[in-house]
This record gives sequence, C-alpha cells and structure tokens, in this order.
Amino acid sequence: MNRKKKEMNITAKQQAAGWAFLTPATLLLVIMSFYPIIQAFIMALKTGSSANMQWCEPITYNFTRMFSDKLFMRSVVNTFLYLLIEVPIMLVLAILLAQLLNNKDLKFKGFFRTCVFLPCATSLVSYALIFKSLFATEGLINSILVKVGILSENFNFLGTTYTAKAIIIIALIWRWTGYNMVFFLAGLQNIEYSVYEAAKIDGASGWKTFWHITVPLLKPTIVMTMIMSINGTLQLFDESVNLTKGGPANSTITMSHYIYNSSFGEGTTNFGYAAAMSFFIFILVAVLAFINMKVGDTRD
Amino acid sequence: MTKTKRTNGSAIQKRLIPSYIFLSIVSFISVFPFYWMITAATNTTVEVARGKITFGSHALENFRNLTAGQDLWGSLGNSFKYSIAQTIVALFICSLAGYGFELYHDKYKDRVFSILLLAMMVPQVATMIPLFRMMSKMKLLNTVWAFMLPAISTPFLIMMFRQNSRNFPVDILEAARIDGLNEFKIFFKMYMPVMKSTYAAAAVITFMNAWNSYMWPKVVMTDNRAQTMPMLIANVANGYTIDYGLLMTGVLFCSVPTMIVFFVLQKQFAEGITGSVK
Repeated sequence: MNRKKKEMNITAKQQAAGWAFLTPATLLLVIMSFYPIIQAFIMALKTGSSANMQWCEPITYNFTRMFSDKLFMRSVVNTFLYLLIEVPIMLVLAILLAQLLNNKDLKFKGFFRTCVFLPCATSLVSYALIFKSLFATEGLINSILVKVGILSENFNFLGTTYTAKAIIIIALIWRWTGYNMVFFLAGLQNIEYSVYEAAKIDGASGWKTFWHITVPLLKPTIVMTMIMSINGTLQLFDESVNLTKGGPANSTITMSHYIYNSSFGEGTTNFGYAAAMSFFIFILVAVLAFINMKVGDTRD
Repeated sequence: MTKTKRTNGSAIQKRLIPSYIFLSIVSFISVFPFYWMITAATNTTVEVARGKITFGSHALENFRNLTAGQDLWGSLGNSFKYSIAQTIVALFICSLAGYGFELYHDKYKDRVFSILLLAMMVPQVATMIPLFRMMSKMKLLNTVWAFMLPAISTPFLIMMFRQNSRNFPVDILEAARIDGLNEFKIFFKMYMPVMKSTYAAAAVITFMNAWNSYMWPKVVMTDNRAQTMPMLIANVANGYTIDYGLLMTGVLFCSVPTMIVFFVLQKQFAEGITGSVK
C-alpha cells in the first residue's frame, strides 16, 4: 500500500516534470502567436491612428473596404499569379531533378546535388538584389541579349509590368527548386529499390514506372511541398520589396508588401485596415491548412 | 564477364548523357549568380554594367566605399549576435518541449500539442502589427529580444524534436531514474548528448532562418545601429543610383556566413529542412 503510494508520487512528479518541460515553449507560442492574432482581429475592427483607435462604423468597415480597394485586389491577383505559375513549374522541376539524382549509376551525384541546392544558401534579400542587378537596364542579361542580337537596345525588364512579374517568378524558381528537391530526394530514398526491379521485370518503361510507381509513392511529399510552397508564396515579401519595389507603379506588389506599406511604410499608415488585410491572409492560410489536413488524412 | 560488365556500364552511361546535360545546365544556372556576385564585387559599377564577368582589381575600393557609407561591421556583428542568440535559446526551449511532449505524453499533453500546431497557420504578417506594439510598449525595440522573441518557440522545431525523440531509448531514461537522477538532470546529461545530430540540424536551419529574416527586423529595428545585414544591403540598393560593385560587395558579406554554414554542414542543413518530416 505504502509502496504503491510512493510509486504514484513518482509518476505524479514525472508528469509535473513533463509539464514543466513544455511550459516555456507553450507560453511563448501563446503570447507571440495566439494572443497577437486575436489582437489583430480586434484591431481590424478599429480605425484611427495608433495612439487613438476607435471602433469602426459600421464595425466591418475595414473588411468591406479591402474588397473595393483596387490596390489590395491587385496585390491579391499578383500573389495568386505568382503562385499559380511558379509552384507547378518549380515542383515538377524539383521532382525531375530528384529523380535524375536518385539514379544509382549517375556519377558526380554529390557535385550536382550541391550545385542545385546552393541557391538555398543565400538570404532572400541577397538573391533578390542579385537578380535585380542581373536584370537591370544596364545589367548583364541586357548586355548579353544585345551582344547576341536578340535585343537591339537595352530593355528595362524591371520597369515593365509583364517582364517584372516574369522575373519575380524566375527568381522564385531559382531560389526554391533545390529546397524542394531535398524533400523529394528524401522521399525517393524511402522507396525500396526492389519495387523498381519488379517493375523492370514486368517490362514497365521508365516513364510508366515514374508515373505509376514513383509519383503515387511520393504523393505525401508532393502534398506537403505544395502546401509549404503555397503558404510561402501567399506571404511573399522580400522579393517584392527588394527586386521590384512592387513596381512599376505597384503592378508587381504582393499582399504582404502592401500590408507592410499600409502599416509601416512611408505616408499615411492605418493599423486597423492593415490588420484587416493581414487577417485575410490568415484566413487563406488557415483554409489551406485545413485542406492539407483533409488531404493528409486520406493519404494512407 | 568483366568485359560484358564494362560494356554494360558504358551503355548505361551513354543512356545517361541527356541527364548529364540537363543536370549540368541546371547546375550552371544555379551557380552562375554566385560567381557573378563575387566577380561583380571586384569590379567597378561601370565594368559591371558593361557586362564584365571576369575578376577585376577593385575589390578593395568597393570595400572601402561600402564601409565609408555603411556600418558594415556593426550590422555584421548584429546579425551574428541576433542569430546566435536566437539559435541557442530556440534550440533549448523547443527541445525541452519536444522532449516533454514525446516522453511524458498523455491525453492532455497531446491535446496541447495539437493546439500548438495551429500556430503554423498564423502568417507572420498577421501578427506583425500587434507584436510591434507589444515590443514597443515593453521598450524592447532595437534589442535582441525584439528580434528573437517571436521566433524562439516554433511548431516546426518542437515537432522536429518530438519526432526525433522517438528514437531516444526509453531504457536509458528508466536506468537513469533508478540511479537517482532527477528529470531535469536526465534531460541535460542523457538526452542532449544522445540527440546531438538533431541539435546540429536544428541549429543550422534556425541560424539560417534568423540570419535571413528581413520583414520582422525591418519592423522592430528602427535604429540604424541595430540593423542587420539583409537590412544593410537593402539600404544600399535603395539609393537613386546603384553602385553595383559596392552593392555586390555588401551582398557577398551578407552571404558568406550562410554559404560557409552551407558548405560545411550541408548534410545537417538538408536534415534541418526536412526536419519534422519522417
């Protein structure tokens, strides 16, 4: 009896220790993530300067306002454009590269992998500025194109709406393909080689093997990288700020960039309205995460 | 036998030629911007604009111009200070939590864990304004605390440590308890050494993220003396006319630390990226 009591005491102590271990991280997440998102929602219902904020009239004013705000709508369209073009190209490229690098007969594997992975070693600001310089009117790409004769005179890539958008997409693909490839390489290494041997014996072609064996087995990885990429693209900021400054004339601005400008940029700032717009991104990301969980549930 | 094997081998290599070509092109595209950045840092802006892609002799001049206009050493020091502090504290707090969630798990802790994971859904830009006001109210602007507090506890790291804690042998835990070690000593003396490789991977990814972060420091580091390297190079690029040689010298200084980490700890970096997925 006494012994049992002592044992219970020990378990209780251990349980208490368990709680103690996870308390700092939990508290920090509550204070730095959950509490601010609630505050952001409350702030989104208010208007006025940061020192003197009052409830909106009507209360949903900031939320309805954003849908008639042409600039915000443009930033939404831009962000989705980047997303719809960049994510598929990048993921297909990443799978292809991973597949090529997973071939056991391939030589210089480590070298190729390091090269493809290297862009991840730059900060987002660094690579944005490198691309900005490469594509500048007096930049390297222009001087090559003029020398080769494709262009007759230097072209202002970053000052023209369509090319500026294209360059953001190219830059994103450059920076993130290797990053995603790492996931696919890890995923491919988990596939037993015997599966491929069996397919070979059954006479399946390389393409068929890829489509009917590799892709289904990689599905969880594909879903995950897709979710991560969408999540990241929805929050795109550094590239828009440093590569194009959102320009020309705000035509390449992203949602996060516009929210930043509305809250900390030059000129008039409006915390309430910015908070409402940021809540819009939050809802997009949350819906996405929800879909992710649904898809994730059925994958086994 | 050996002969057929060899011919087989060369036949396979022949079939791989398209792969080699494709991989070489992709590798070139991936590496060239780095090469160009380094050469540009050694050339004058006029040479860069003319399309020179070989090394020049103006590296020192670019460096002098950069340090004359910008507080390079201050920003570099700040970036190191903030990133190292964030890495140490984040690893400690998150590994404690991952360990607690995995090895002491029960119904309630699992529930707390699944609530914490919801934080993954919260985009940075949505908490930026309330957090800025919080930091400013607590007079933490321009301090390392403002830089790292929102980034110390992340669902990603907690999950990474929790997943990897599954490999931690529970027998050791029991044996240590019988030896009379208390729960905290077990964590420091048993868990931490055994989990070295997880700590390494987590450290690399956390350091990289901290070094590269831009939006949040831009919000809370309002004083020039507190600015980070990404902020410094963004400032250089904001001028009316851009001196490309000078700019690329700055970009080089901003990239060298992460590139060293990348080359020395590439395996850990890859593990860190895929960290919580197992």
